[in-house]
Amino acid sequence: MTNTIADIEEADVILVTGSNTTENHPVISSVVKRAVTRRGAKLIVVDPRRIKLVDFADKWLRQNLGTDVAWLNGLMHVIIKEDLHDKSFVENRTEGFEELKAMVEKFTPEYVSEITGIPAKDIVEAARLYAGARAASILYCMGITQHVTGTDNVKCLASLAMLCGNLGNRGGGVNPLRGQNNVQGACDMGGLPNVFSGYQPVNDPGAISKMEKAWGVSGLSDKPGLTVTQMLPKAHTGEFKSMYIIGENPLVSDADLNHAEECFSHLDFLVVQDIFMTETAKMADVVLPSCCFAEKDGTFANTERRVQRVRKAVEPPGEVWEDWRITAEIATRMGFDMGYANAAAVFDEITRVTPSYGGITWDRIEKEGLHWPCPAADHPGTPILHTEAFPIGKGKFFPIDFLPPAETTDDEYPLYMTTGRVLYHYHTGSMTRKTDGLNERAPESFVEMSRADADKYGLADGDRVKVASRRGEIEVLLSVSDKAVDGTVFIPFHYAEAAANRLTNSALDPVSKIPELKVCAVRISKAA
Amino acid sequence: MDENTIIINGNRLTVQPDETILETARRNGIDIPTLCHLKGAIPTGACRICVVEVEKARSLMPACTTPSQPGMVVHTESPEVVVSRRMSLELLLASGNHNCAVRKSDTGSFTAFQLEVQKYDNTDDLCPVWGDCELQDLAYRYQVSGEAFESTAPRYPMETVNPFIVRDFSRCVLCGRCVQACNDIQVNNAISFGYRGSDAKIVAGGDRALKDSDCVFCGECIQACPVGALVEKDSRYVWRPWEARKIRTTCSYCGVGCQLTLHVRDNRVIRVTGTEDSPPNNGSLCVKGRFGYSFIHSPERLTSPQIKENGKFREASWDEALDLVARRFTEIRDAHGGDAMGVLTSARVTNEDNYLANKFTRAVLKTNNIDHCARL
Repeated sequence: MTNTIADIEEADVILVTGSNTTENHPVISSVVKRAVTRRGAKLIVVDPRRIKLVDFADKWLRQNLGTDVAWLNGLMHVIIKEDLHDKSFVENRTEGFEELKAMVEKFTPEYVSEITGIPAKDIVEAARLYAGARAASILYCMGITQHVTGTDNVKCLASLAMLCGNLGNRGGGVNPLRGQNNVQGACDMGGLPNVFSGYQPVNDPGAISKMEKAWGVSGLSDKPGLTVTQMLPKAHTGEFKSMYIIGENPLVSDADLNHAEECFSHLDFLVVQDIFMTETAKMADVVLPSCCFAEKDGTFANTERRVQRVRKAVEPPGEVWEDWRITAEIATRMGFDMGYANAAAVFDEITRVTPSYGGITWDRIEKEGLHWPCPAADHPGTPILHTEAFPIGKGKFFPIDFLPPAETTDDEYPLYMTTGRVLYHYHTGSMTRKTDGLNERAPESFVEMSRADADKYGLADGDRVKVASRRGEIEVLLSVSDKAVDGTVFIPFHYAEAAANRLTNSALDPVSKIPELKVCAVRISKAA
Repeated sequence: MDENTIIINGNRLTVQPDETILETARRNGIDIPTLCHLKGAIPTGACRICVVEVEKARSLMPACTTPSQPGMVVHTESPEVVVSRRMSLELLLASGNHNCAVRKSDTGSFTAFQLEVQKYDNTDDLCPVWGDCELQDLAYRYQVSGEAFESTAPRYPMETVNPFIVRDFSRCVLCGRCVQACNDIQVNNAISFGYRGSDAKIVAGGDRALKDSDCVFCGECIQACPVGALVEKDSRYVWRPWEARKIRTTCSYCGVGCQLTLHVRDNRVIRVTGTEDSPPNNGSLCVKGRFGYSFIHSPERLTSPQIKENGKFREASWDEALDLVARRFTEIRDAHGGDAMGVLTSARVTNEDNYLANKFTRAVLKTNNIDHCARL
């Protein structure tokens, strides 16, 4: 997030898109709802489902799946045409406005309406509402990023914010809601193929020599590595021999699981480190048991870049080690000494080689976490990014044209399907499905369908149905719901035994390599 | 007299704009007891515990809703105030099953009242929140035993039909904090005041069970409840404050990073609460963070390294497993190069864990093939 969670309550207008906030980030949804009910902020929800947050919204724009670039360009078209943009921000803080203006010229409300299904009038009104705010906050989640145009979608959101001067200000910003406790930290710590910790590029000679010196090693590779979605196909072709997987369950969370399983089975040697014998661990040659969050000391970085302490509360069961200790021990046995006394010693090294964490110590975050960048011991942290300038100087507008999703419906697969989470479960369910009460509330997978579609296909609430895509088939319960809009169904991806990802499309965004988990075409029939 | 000051208990204090007497007092370290007051919510002035004497006012004023007006002279513990608070507490204690040690005991045994309540509760224990109850604390503070009036029999049966929250109406004092927590703080709008007068009850929807209402089981109401009316089902009678260690940490589910307190006894997490007055969540949690902790002590946890042989896993020692992994990784790296290998680190584990996975991949395997599930 460019801004903080508390800062959302400062916004006059909140635009939420691709985020079912009340179920996926309930505590943030309360901040949004308080802003609306107690401060009178206006809420715009752009989402293909009639999610709970719509009850609080001034406007709900219901777009066809995979058409986000179109409605975003439509908003910008109206804002520029009606001269509602923040001219001084555009002039002083950005570049590429003319190119953006030329691109969005054709995205008239009528043209956008044809693509997105959103009435032209709503495009105009939403644009005026967003542009008219003193400060407007944008919140988004995987509904924006898990598309072949995910990067384009995010760039358009950034352009919209810059166009109206909503970056670097209180109550503004472009705020991705991170779905996992430490997805921010995993990125910060170099858990990415192209950067060391603190986003220092692996092909920057300066960064390489710095890390070589710090780590007492030579010959670090300057070739950016592969993403998870690129590794698997290489396993399939035999180019890839071995993987070491720590605390991940790609055999439920990956797109097109049938294919992913086959890829994993081609590996020569697979090591999985986890707290449970997950679907992925079952395929491993060696499984290493690790501590859960309550059994170790350390830090997580949350969605607002706040680095917070994790503290050991209980002893782990049996012969279980912290993840860092296992990794360090493997390294040491491979002849590279990684002797750390404890997690605090690892954190000390992190702060020495990671400029954005340079001023953070466990002492400083004992009571309250700090937002990175926090480069020095006397630096207060950075709750709001880009207040004076962008890291690259001026913010760049990217003119982006609309591209349709990778898969569209046809006679054989006439329904669109999208995926997500439910309130009572989390990701691949390996943790939440161990709590009886959560299972009681959300016992099994389902497909959510509109009343009209159910009638059309002769189905009733509670029927067992087969859902098939070009890649696989699962059997689930039918749930007729007001959340669903005609022509589009939803399936949660938590349930390994009826995994939604057997159906999803693994087509990737060309930049982020994120699969288009949010759009595929399916057909539904009553199970025998 | 300074135009912007009031006097509380003889102390001249500066008033800030739109401040209540309670806020002025608390900001200056003067304690005024409250019961229905919930931080972050809109004050209701319902319980009358916070009443104070304001000179020249016709009656005692609730400090939580009365604005601090310049020139006011306030007494927070005058004899009249204490009498009023004692009366309020007597009435509250008589309104339900408040069977804790504030009651006098006759000849060393429990009173008939306590025995009766234990029968109702089907336990030989005292109230489930004994030792962690604001009403009990106030009763001690003002030396009120709850025996001035005859106790009222429970009007509504206990609700235990959902997996997370026990609603014990026999202990509800109708302070409304749960309603505020639900409506003002979490804005789930699941519960409200229902019925009138002596029939008053906190209801969900049209007086339905929570499980059939709009309740999303965030548990904010439990944390707001000052008495034993709303208690976590799993820790009811299990958790007592003096037996549990409290460890503050960060929630391990989504990316909000809620600060939570793990309550631990005998090496087990027996309760989870939101950490008050601390960003980003200021005490709020969701159903997963508050109730989804069974996985920590699940019998399905892996407890030793496993090595697969002929398609089946067998237990192994750390030495054997680590030596095998180190040997095979070394062989594959040396035979095929590091770029034939990859590491998936995790959005679930700590920064420290992730940093070493990054260092291991690049410095030991000599490849940049490292990623995690940010994309999925």
